[in-house]
Amino acid sequence: MSMQSSVLGEQYAAVPEKEGVDRVRLGMICFIASETIFFGMLITSYVYFRLSNDATPNARTSLDVGRTAIFTAVLLSSSLTNWLADRSLQRQNQRGLVVWLSATVVLGAIFLVGQAWEYAQLLGDQVTVSRNLFGSTFFTLTGFHGLHVFVGLVALTTVAVMAGRGWFRGPRSGAIESISLYWHFVDVVWIVIFTLIYIVQ
Amino acid sequence: MSDIPLVPEAIRAYPRLSEKEGLLSWVATVDHKLLGIMYCASALFFFVVGGLEALAMRTQLGTARNTFLSPEAYNQIFTMHGTTMVFLVVVPLMLGFGVYLLPLMIGARDMAFPRLNAMGFWILIFGGILLYYSFVAGGGPNSGWFAHMPLPERAYNSGPGMDYWALGLLAVGIGTTAAGINFIVTTLTMRAPGMKLTQVPMFVWTTFINGFLIVGAIPALNAALVMLLIDRQLNAHFFTPQSGGSSVLYQHIFWTFGHPEVYIMVLPAFGMISEVLPVFSRKPLFGYTAVAFSTLAIAFLSYTTYAHHMFAVGLGHVFELMFAASSELIAIPTGIKIFNWIFTMWGGKLRFTTSMLYAIGFILLFTIGGISGVTFAIVPTDWQTTDSYYVVAHMHYVLFGGTLFAVLSGVFYWFPKASGRMIPERLGKLHFWLTFIGFNMTFFIQHFLGLMGMPRRVFTYDDNTNWSLFNLISTVGTFILGLSVILFIYIIIYTLLKGEKAGDNPWDAWTLEWATTSPPPIENFQQLPPIRSRRPLWDLAHPEDPDWARSHKRRQPATPERSNDRP
Repeated sequence: MSMQSSVLGEQYAAVPEKEGVDRVRLGMICFIASETIFFGMLITSYVYFRLSNDATPNARTSLDVGRTAIFTAVLLSSSLTNWLADRSLQRQNQRGLVVWLSATVVLGAIFLVGQAWEYAQLLGDQVTVSRNLFGSTFFTLTGFHGLHVFVGLVALTTVAVMAGRGWFRGPRSGAIESISLYWHFVDVVWIVIFTLIYIVQ
Repeated sequence: MSDIPLVPEAIRAYPRLSEKEGLLSWVATVDHKLLGIMYCASALFFFVVGGLEALAMRTQLGTARNTFLSPEAYNQIFTMHGTTMVFLVVVPLMLGFGVYLLPLMIGARDMAFPRLNAMGFWILIFGGILLYYSFVAGGGPNSGWFAHMPLPERAYNSGPGMDYWALGLLAVGIGTTAAGINFIVTTLTMRAPGMKLTQVPMFVWTTFINGFLIVGAIPALNAALVMLLIDRQLNAHFFTPQSGGSSVLYQHIFWTFGHPEVYIMVLPAFGMISEVLPVFSRKPLFGYTAVAFSTLAIAFLSYTTYAHHMFAVGLGHVFELMFAASSELIAIPTGIKIFNWIFTMWGGKLRFTTSMLYAIGFILLFTIGGISGVTFAIVPTDWQTTDSYYVVAHMHYVLFGGTLFAVLSGVFYWFPKASGRMIPERLGKLHFWLTFIGFNMTFFIQHFLGLMGMPRRVFTYDDNTNWSLFNLISTVGTFILGLSVILFIYIIIYTLLKGEKAGDNPWDAWTLEWATTSPPPIENFQQLPPIRSRRPLWDLAHPEDPDWARSHKRRQPATPERSNDRP
């Protein structure tokens, strides 16, 4: 018995410790998948009510497409700066990382300012959540998107400050890579929203 | 030599518990074992609460024109009974077993994201507290667990109950999603070296697939809930038909979540059964691949069948036919599973432990629930039986006779692992028979009440022929179930205090969680056996006839009750 045990003992292998950037990224991908379903439902509601209900005020009568297009371009360019931040990380360029992360934060903040401007104008025109179905669906959908932009800004600001203090030496970092994924996702959602609400009308 | 102690002693379960942090260590812990136990313990707490609500309802329904509960109170209680049992009992049990067992079964140190794990648990508990706080704040939710519109809208429901319901379920939903993400990532990235995805225990497969269901389904509920909240708090118009909104849209969104939710509540239970049956039949699981793929098929189909909950809406002929067909399709993978379980037992050397009895009870009762489920896929039958007690009987056969029996099978199977102590079989069997008799007495007769036309969610009824008698039988059954719950709590306390020491592997099982001590140390494993098949502990104990050396296609005979050549 004891001989057998010792033979088996040698068969045992030590439990390995694994570390993984990819694990964090995979977690973020799952989170993004769940967010896709969430936004999918909100977008479905917008489209459903847009098709079944043509009362005014609606997107055609109330929205300033040109101005929002400019802020959309700002948000999309923040994806570019975010990608540049990623590349700086890969090249272990800490200064570049801080600069591009900060640029992303500034561009995202400008987008939110644009959204606040738009909201203020709509509310001034008495287009509110409770006015009609356009108000309900528009503010819910864009509001949740704005909330996600805001959460992204908090996360980006956090890693930008951490990067400034030399936390990320590269070439890889689960935190920065997964926040980038999230940020690109938020941008993609906006492209869908912009297309459906502002362009197709 | 010292790797495999010959006479294992129970070590202290929670190394940090009695040290200076005390209770704080339970609050601050990120250990998957403590969190798993807390999930199950809080589920037990809410099960008692939901059970008391059921007792109150059945007392009210015991005779015709009873006045034990007012209609208002009855509405709040049946709503909270359903909400509690679905979101605060069954789902947390699935999560709790997953969180506890997943890392142990794949030879990992913890979940992939331990802190996310703790966050998910506490958010879920916070949601549960919010839900019940509604009673203090001025009236509980009262629109049924699925809250079909427009009843929960402010125009019809001015109390704060539905606000707390929506907020509470949002919190619960976020917590559940966190656990779901953790399941997926843990299964994919944390498996022990050499363990292929085709070699993990079946419970890992079902929990893994459950992760996808959670990530895909719960956000739909969250979307419906925020729209309801915005309707109620900001006077929006999503679900108010009088101002252009659509109450049917709510049903579409809710059941997009609601039908996968049914499988969120049962897939891990399938996994538990697939662990218990082989061990007590002394045979490997029959058709591992078929069970895994049928689980995948069920998960996929569950998204395509949701509208069979909505046949009464009148969706149109083509729509109904499509969903009827896809709902009937789900019976096929489910049937495959039942055949696989029966053939696992076939020719085995059966050991009728309490856990095994519950597993067999599960197969029997789940089959009944499954067959009554198929009748709902047929549109004309559905029109006849929907919103009657036939539905109540069906869903309790699936959720109680199905999931909860499987969970009890799992509790009696894994309790020795988690606590280091054996549950006395005599008490366990008494508990099984009490539960089995109480359950069938309560719910079998409700099939007939439903077919006789008794609608669900009514607080009282006229004294039609046999209605009082049948309802009384059902109520007596509920009280037997109440007794069985009291006995269960006694069994747990008795076992924790006085149970026999369990040892590492009391059932002579083959999966990795039995390769460590009972209860496992904080780091789970010091060392792992080599993993070259689905039954690493079998290979370890039978170096002359390991699984990996033989073809899986060959018939595998049952093994002796206890093999003597075990180390």
